[in-house]
Amino acid sequence: MLTGLLLLIPLLFMIVSLLMKGKQSGYVALVSSVVSLFISLCMAFTFQHDDTVQFELNYSWISSFGIHFHLGVDGISLILILLTTFLTPFIILTSLQKETDNSNVFFALILLMQAGILGAFTAMDSFLFYMSYEVALIPIYFICGLWGGENRIAVALKFFIYTLAGSLFMLVSIIYLYLQTPGNHSFEISEFYKLNLSSSQQSWIFWGFFLAFAVKIPIFPFHSWQPSTYTIAPTAGTMLLAGIMLKMGLYGLIRFVLPIAPEAVAHWNTLAILLCVCGIIYGSVIAIRQNDLKKLVAFSSIAHVGLIAAGIFSMNAQGIQGAMIQMFNHGVNAVALFFLIDLLERRSGTRLMDKFGGIASVNKRFAVVFAIVMLGSIGLPMTNGFVGEFLLLFGVYQWNMYAAMFAGLTIILGAVYMLRLYRNVFFGEISEASTSILSMSMLERIISYKLVALIILLGIFPNLLLNISAPAVNKLLNLIAHHSNLSSIL
Amino acid sequence: MNVVIALTITGILNLFGSIFSYRKITPLLSIIGLTTAIVFNSMYWNTNQSFFNHMMVVDNYAVAFGTVCMVLAACLIIFYNRFMGDNDHHLPEVLSVIVLSVDGAIVMVSYTNLLMLFLGVEILSISFYILAGLKKKDLGSNEAAIKYFLMGAFSTGFLLLGITLIYGATASFDLSVISEYVKLNSTSTNYLLLSGVLLILVGLLFKVAAAPFHFWTPDVYQGAPTIITAFFATVGKIASFGAFYRLFQMCFSPIVNEWSGVIMVVAIITMFIGNITALQQKNLKRMFAYSSIAHAGYMLLALLSHDYLGGNAILFYSIAYGISSMSAFIIIHIIQTQTGTDEAMGFAGLVHKNKTLAMITAISMLSLSGIPLTAGFFGKFYLFSSAIESGYVLLVCLAVINSFIGIYYYFKPVIESYFKDSITDDVIKLKSVETILLIFLSIATILLGIFPGLVPAI
Repeated sequence: MLTGLLLLIPLLFMIVSLLMKGKQSGYVALVSSVVSLFISLCMAFTFQHDDTVQFELNYSWISSFGIHFHLGVDGISLILILLTTFLTPFIILTSLQKETDNSNVFFALILLMQAGILGAFTAMDSFLFYMSYEVALIPIYFICGLWGGENRIAVALKFFIYTLAGSLFMLVSIIYLYLQTPGNHSFEISEFYKLNLSSSQQSWIFWGFFLAFAVKIPIFPFHSWQPSTYTIAPTAGTMLLAGIMLKMGLYGLIRFVLPIAPEAVAHWNTLAILLCVCGIIYGSVIAIRQNDLKKLVAFSSIAHVGLIAAGIFSMNAQGIQGAMIQMFNHGVNAVALFFLIDLLERRSGTRLMDKFGGIASVNKRFAVVFAIVMLGSIGLPMTNGFVGEFLLLFGVYQWNMYAAMFAGLTIILGAVYMLRLYRNVFFGEISEASTSILSMSMLERIISYKLVALIILLGIFPNLLLNISAPAVNKLLNLIAHHSNLSSIL
Repeated sequence: MNVVIALTITGILNLFGSIFSYRKITPLLSIIGLTTAIVFNSMYWNTNQSFFNHMMVVDNYAVAFGTVCMVLAACLIIFYNRFMGDNDHHLPEVLSVIVLSVDGAIVMVSYTNLLMLFLGVEILSISFYILAGLKKKDLGSNEAAIKYFLMGAFSTGFLLLGITLIYGATASFDLSVISEYVKLNSTSTNYLLLSGVLLILVGLLFKVAAAPFHFWTPDVYQGAPTIITAFFATVGKIASFGAFYRLFQMCFSPIVNEWSGVIMVVAIITMFIGNITALQQKNLKRMFAYSSIAHAGYMLLALLSHDYLGGNAILFYSIAYGISSMSAFIIIHIIQTQTGTDEAMGFAGLVHKNKTLAMITAISMLSLSGIPLTAGFFGKFYLFSSAIESGYVLLVCLAVINSFIGIYYYFKPVIESYFKDSITDDVIKLKSVETILLIFLSIATILLGIFPGLVPAI
């Protein structure tokens, strides 16, 4: 019931927002996102902390193919639902601060995207998952193409084709799995878990899914769409992409790849983690040399999600739990960073690092907020990033010490590029661009304080999230263990 | 067989339009005739009747494909006036040829005798030769007609030769007899039969414009008037696939291993040639000609499937493809007459000229490239499922690669109409009936993309 509402609300408000004009449509979208947030909080409070699938909703959709409109929430999905509903109001508020042409379409697209993403996170039917996964792509394409910056058309198309190319292989894998299910075939994800696939079948399935998710996350050699897309997209689009959308890829790894093809993961994870570690170092090193703030955060994002993916591929409780909490934290941190950068850009008309300087002496409040967000992103203790990165590195360490050593560079290099950013933008002589950041508006203050509070809160009480996902992650690990037992008997 | 009779009477009535001077109402007459035929046709659902001494059997397969062809033809006739302009002096005759060619399409999807197949193919093709040359003072149109006629006649020759050889092997034209014979002799290699199958394949692959028999397509599609191109690309292709699948599923499925290799290779070549060549086309009609070649490649996948899934897949794909290409061609024509350019840049800033039209462009292009929430996605999904079920996973992977090549050129008009500024400022006005029809086609695309169960299983 609640899950159904969660999907329905953005879709209904999308239509209302389309009919509105100007800012009104933004307020409609804001109301919708707050209602969604409220619903998801209701879910979080009534959620039983065990490994069952709750708030289920199951209708037959395409009976000839055994496709069901089957929604459900377990610990893993709940965290991501919370992430989505938490961030969407911030994203909409950020976009409300400036004039947008055709804003009714803009906000309608954001709501459609929210519905698609929530659909992917709550889908218990693999076909529904695929549909939602793709549906979320169409609005972001138009958001980038219509409201993006320089060279938006080519970049948006590249992003679209890239992502779709990956996910079509996932579709092939899903159809293949569907045809392996016994009797009247079924697209239920839980049915896929019961399959006993041979190791070569698992390998093919693994690669099919891996391509889809590796593009979305993005994992190192598949990342080339990401920096340009993040840079050209309007801030709301970047926030949606970095904060929420790429989590669909990580979620897919946890939901599909690990439990369906555990043997293949065990076989191929050396390569996968190697790629992730490459991405961590590559993203960080490039971030160090960036002058464009948005690009810097985009490249740092490659490094951060690389670590999350590495944690997932290490296939142990710490790694996956770390991934769960870090997915949330990365979303919050990325949105906060992009929000602050957007603020800088809106005021001064530039986001090039060397144009700024000395903001700390112009606006202390802003400097403190930025510092906390930055420290959260680096992963300093007492901030949210610390817990996640610690667990992730712990997980990778259990898998292989050397991998963890190199993955750990993310923290050091992260400190390098972030502190460099901070030094250049906030210290030194006061530049012309910096003088425009004299004050923050009421709304900006509210948004940034809330984000900062969230960063610190989750840094001190990570159990708020960890408890939600722990039973589901344990169940997942049991499933994987069960699989490998079976294969050792056979 | 009321459908054929109704269509024939409509065709003949149209012919007299010029003589008895009721030419103005002939479009209306044709629509009424087609609607009657559609109603008659749907009454045969689930009846499985046989006609003309078992020359034709109207099963659900025939009803479904026949309805699709007739509905698409009706859509075209509604748009006919806009396409040809008011000074078209041969309106009744042309409409009569169109309606009669639908007759051919009906025969092609409901035959149970190879002679009827030949008859259907000929009725359809000869009408098409005439239609391709409709603009008799236009050089391109003449070229299209001559090319189509020469190549088409040649390929029909192959078809006929194949039928003869099969008759030689099985001593019958009747599909049920042939299928019995093939079933009994499926273990031994019968070269006479196989040569016949191969020749029929050549003939039919030509009709569906599969590579390497596709060379006529771009020139004919580009040269013919756009409305006729739309007709070739939808009704022509769907009827040919209906005939193709019917023959090979009913008769030659026991010896599938003998011909599946050919289909596989042809499908792969067709998809790649169609998509990659379409990438480089500037002229939109030519681009869509190549894209329709690519679609033929996807549809060939369904021929390989062993069971009922294939028929449903090909039907659904035909509907999705037919609806979307129909609206795509109509829009291309509107843009072409308005801006005077054949290239994608004609779409520039369409969203400022006519929001509805831009929306319809986007929906039909998304559907043609197979993006979810449109009918095209489920078309591809069904095709891929049927092919994977028959074990052609690698082939499906190649098809997948092709689908995302396709996105690149399908998105050109969308990008132009939404993201670019227009070259001219004038607003595009449509007649209300045309707008309603286009919106109807788009709604059908979306509806089938959410509830594909609306298309009944055959």
